[in-house]
Amino acid sequence: MKLPLRWAQSFADFTATPKEFADRMTMSGSKVETYESEAESMKKEVIGRVTELARHPDSDHLWICQVDIGQEVIQIVTGAQNLKEGDLCPVALHGAKLPSGAEIKRGKLRGVVSNGMLCSLDELNLSLNDFPGAVEDGILVLEEDAPLGQDAAVALGMDDTVFEFEITPNRPDCLSVLGLAREAAATFGVPFTASEPPEPTGDGDVSEYLSVKVEASDLCMRYSAAMVENVRIQPSPRWMRERLRLSGVRPINNIVDITNYVMLEYGQPMHAFDYAYVNGKKITVRRAAEGEQIVTLDGAERALTPNMMVIADEKGPIAVAGVMGGEYSGVYETTSRVVFESACFHGPSVRATSKKLGLRTESSSRFEKGLDPANAGGALRRALELVRELDAGDIVGGMLDDYPSPSKPRGIPFDPAAINRLLGIDVSEQDMVDTLLPLGFSVENGVVTVPTFRADVERSCDIAEEVARFAGYNNIPLTILRGEAKAIPSRRQRFEKRLVETLAGYGFWECETFSFYSPKSFDRIHLAAQNPLRKAVAIQNPLGEDTSLMRTTALPSMMEVVGRNWASRNEEAALFELATEYTPTEDPEQLPEEHKKMVLAAYGKSWDYLAIKGTVEALFEVLGVDTSELLVKRNEQGESYHPGRCADLSISLRGENGRMEEKKLATLGEIHPLVNEAYEIRHRVVAAEISVEALFEAQGDVPQYKPLPKFPAVTRDLSLVAAEDVPAADIERTLRKAGGKRLESLALFDVYKGENIGKGNKSLAYSLVLRDAGATLTDADADALIEKILAQLKQMGVVLRS
Amino acid sequence: MRQALEEIRTTAVAQISTAEEQALLEQLRVQYLGKKGELTAILKKMGGLSAEERPVVGALANEIRGQLEDAIQKRADELREVLLTRQLAEESLDVTLPGKRPAQGGLHPFGKVLGELEEIFLGMGFDSVTGPEIEYDKYNFEMLNMPKSHPSRDTQDTFYITENILLRTQTSPMQIRTMLQEKPPIRIICPGRVYRSDPADATHSPIFHQIEGLAVDKGITFTDLKGTLDLFIKQLYGPDTRTRFRPHHFAYTEPSAEMDMSCFKCGGKGCPLCKYEGWIEILGCGMVHPKVLENCDIDPEVYSGFAFGAGLERIAMMRYDIDDMRLLYENDLRFLRQF
Repeated sequence: MKLPLRWAQSFADFTATPKEFADRMTMSGSKVETYESEAESMKKEVIGRVTELARHPDSDHLWICQVDIGQEVIQIVTGAQNLKEGDLCPVALHGAKLPSGAEIKRGKLRGVVSNGMLCSLDELNLSLNDFPGAVEDGILVLEEDAPLGQDAAVALGMDDTVFEFEITPNRPDCLSVLGLAREAAATFGVPFTASEPPEPTGDGDVSEYLSVKVEASDLCMRYSAAMVENVRIQPSPRWMRERLRLSGVRPINNIVDITNYVMLEYGQPMHAFDYAYVNGKKITVRRAAEGEQIVTLDGAERALTPNMMVIADEKGPIAVAGVMGGEYSGVYETTSRVVFESACFHGPSVRATSKKLGLRTESSSRFEKGLDPANAGGALRRALELVRELDAGDIVGGMLDDYPSPSKPRGIPFDPAAINRLLGIDVSEQDMVDTLLPLGFSVENGVVTVPTFRADVERSCDIAEEVARFAGYNNIPLTILRGEAKAIPSRRQRFEKRLVETLAGYGFWECETFSFYSPKSFDRIHLAAQNPLRKAVAIQNPLGEDTSLMRTTALPSMMEVVGRNWASRNEEAALFELATEYTPTEDPEQLPEEHKKMVLAAYGKSWDYLAIKGTVEALFEVLGVDTSELLVKRNEQGESYHPGRCADLSISLRGENGRMEEKKLATLGEIHPLVNEAYEIRHRVVAAEISVEALFEAQGDVPQYKPLPKFPAVTRDLSLVAAEDVPAADIERTLRKAGGKRLESLALFDVYKGENIGKGNKSLAYSLVLRDAGATLTDADADALIEKILAQLKQMGVVLRS
Repeated sequence: MRQALEEIRTTAVAQISTAEEQALLEQLRVQYLGKKGELTAILKKMGGLSAEERPVVGALANEIRGQLEDAIQKRADELREVLLTRQLAEESLDVTLPGKRPAQGGLHPFGKVLGELEEIFLGMGFDSVTGPEIEYDKYNFEMLNMPKSHPSRDTQDTFYITENILLRTQTSPMQIRTMLQEKPPIRIICPGRVYRSDPADATHSPIFHQIEGLAVDKGITFTDLKGTLDLFIKQLYGPDTRTRFRPHHFAYTEPSAEMDMSCFKCGGKGCPLCKYEGWIEILGCGMVHPKVLENCDIDPEVYSGFAFGAGLERIAMMRYDIDDMRLLYENDLRFLRQF
């Protein structure tokens, strides 16, 4: 909402610098976003009179003007053709900066000195609407007299300061000059001096010209109309044009300007119909019929639906109620009789219509917040008052007013103690009353009567806000919360924190990615057509296809990050995201399931399959998972992964039924080359997807101390030969099983493939540490144990390398 | 014989004291003091001496043995010290060479800022709670005093999944969920992702993070709201930071306010960061609207509370002087490594 300061001051006699006004209004609850004065960009521009006009000797279109600017006469060369001697016009002197941004310097035009520039509308960021008497491609010639040398901003009415207010949706009354002036009066402690416009008088009786019927009475709380005969369409006076322009509204003609002026002043949207085009002399407020159409004032043809409200004549819609009038019944040069409409439409209905038509107007944006029907009458009388003042036509006697249930002021019990209790302060009852009265409230017999324009004030807490904002939020003291407080991070929160911090300690960087993406993401990560992950929660109204699906897997988000880092020529990267994934449920009216996944990805010289596997294993161990219980299985179905370099990690956990169940914790491996290709990554990438829920459950108990060994250990190295397809994990399991308690630890130290151990074979070399907890292990004991182990291995086809 | 002993003494002491290597010392020890050494050889000949001379020569021989042993020990110590000194000198490094670091990772700026906020509020007795991002309309809007078609909804352009399910536009539904489950006293903060249909640019993102807070108890006042948030900002930005509260409107609080903090860059004098106002808008807050309490079956005649909400992006961007929100979601390592 734009507010020209002088307009507000015409209703509240306060004085303040622009900064003071902005600060005090902001602190009392009407937030000023910015303020500016056109004069700021019009320094060194004055009014001058052209005293002499002569042709430039070397040009067929330039003129040499002598311009009297009060203290002196200066010479200016101009190319404009509309000047004559004696004309008053704005003169930009040497060093001036124009509102259009141009800077003016003294110079020569074809050899003749020019000490400035005479300004056109365009150069002053004005238009013919603002100065209808001017010519578009010439110098702006003033119609009124002005002192020579006067600041041009003052002479042109461009020296007022305009404040841009952020009006919150609860205060539609402040979408008006009167509303803000009332706030200003209360803020500065001066009287609010707006007066009620008089009852209109005129010849004839409007009801003989027109009838009004509200059919959709649920959506139209009030419909008032009045008529003006013998309309004399012409530009409105300069003061009105100025205020409109400063408020950001283009002046058109007196009738249209009056509707806009009243809308700005009262916050009540108005409309003017050309009576000649109201067929059947009858206005009906109704819902649109199926298939009805209207061409609105902006020239667009719009299809209407039955939940939209229209103003209709006998033939059909002549306006979309509260949104925009029809082009056909609009007010133009030829209009001779005008119907003024001042109505109150149901906010949500206007909002829905405006949204559906994609047409948001000054009118609809006011209506949708819910306007006060009581205001419509005053606004209509104000319009008629202006018609008289501007001599824009002859008012027809009477007003039509369909207003079946006039709004009644609400009464709220006045409880100063409760207000003080909520605020934690001690304001006297009298001070509270003194705050409320200037805002239009009245207080009597323990009841606060709320003015009808303050529909936002419903309960005691709303009164408390009025008290607080005029007591000054910043005069209210600070206190510390008392009472019971017991805050403890949950086990899960601490677990996630450790998870994240451990990975950061391993050299991984945390990422944050969008949780929605394109349906194409599934193709990019190479998911099969029937993969259930493709069934995702879809956003009805996405910004675009790229952000239309809630992710069912966070892998594409991570791959995008990897791709971006690769494209940025980061040679090596290790990244993670604690990401939420969203799985749709069968019933669309149930919330989808949200699960957390820890997604890791890395590339560069330190990274290969074993590195990511080792990272995940180490991470599990830090988080209290017994990794010796970990089951590692080849996963050939991980569609996004290299089929030969992908594994699932799982663990046996006691399920709810008490039985042991295998629970998958993670999938990890090298990313499929086709996936890399889709993300334009020309480097092998490894990744891991860890289920945070499963991992949290897989945490073991608190570790229990085992006594340190008292007896020495024996170390034996075993070089084994096995067929290539025998998984190392199986061999290890057999080693542990056969070794029993006395096999303290084992470590793989070499893997070898070569002709000398036979084709299709591999050799694995383990170092075993053997120890007996109760006695020194003899060589013979160790030999016996090794024999036992070898015998077991032989059963699975694994033999000692010869 | 005495003369022979004295000669050994002279020669040996000289040799020992000039020996340059440990091995040579050992050799000298064997040469003079060993089983077949020169001193031993002389002692073996003592049988040929008279009874008077024998103890005298014996004593002399022992004295010389002792002297040589000492000399060898002393020289050995000297040599070790020389050797050590030489070794240490040789091993001198350019200590200014760059160190070998372990792989370095780190948290996203959000993670860092959020961690700090959570710690501050934990200290003030606020638990951190999280909940679903895909939410029911009733929790996100209706129970927060924003019925369908309420104009306040226009300030939060919403992504819908169905008519009744949406992507939460604020983390306030967690306040509702908490109030429905727990009875006062309640003190929580709700951090998390929220969604609004704003296209991404330098200052907007369709996904961003909020941290909201709620305190409900008997006798909570507007002064408590001010005191708690002022303390929070002082914890985050330092004890000299000042706060200012401006009236505002939120459907779910009444009275409502916006809180500004004195610009942490210029201290309130005015600079480009605060657009020369000296103040930076930091969060919205207010006393929980009695309708919201009633919706959660909490009697507003008995209990009152306050709520607040701030954008994590805004806090992080101001803290780290980041000028484009999109950087936070690009996750370029050259960016992430800076925090």
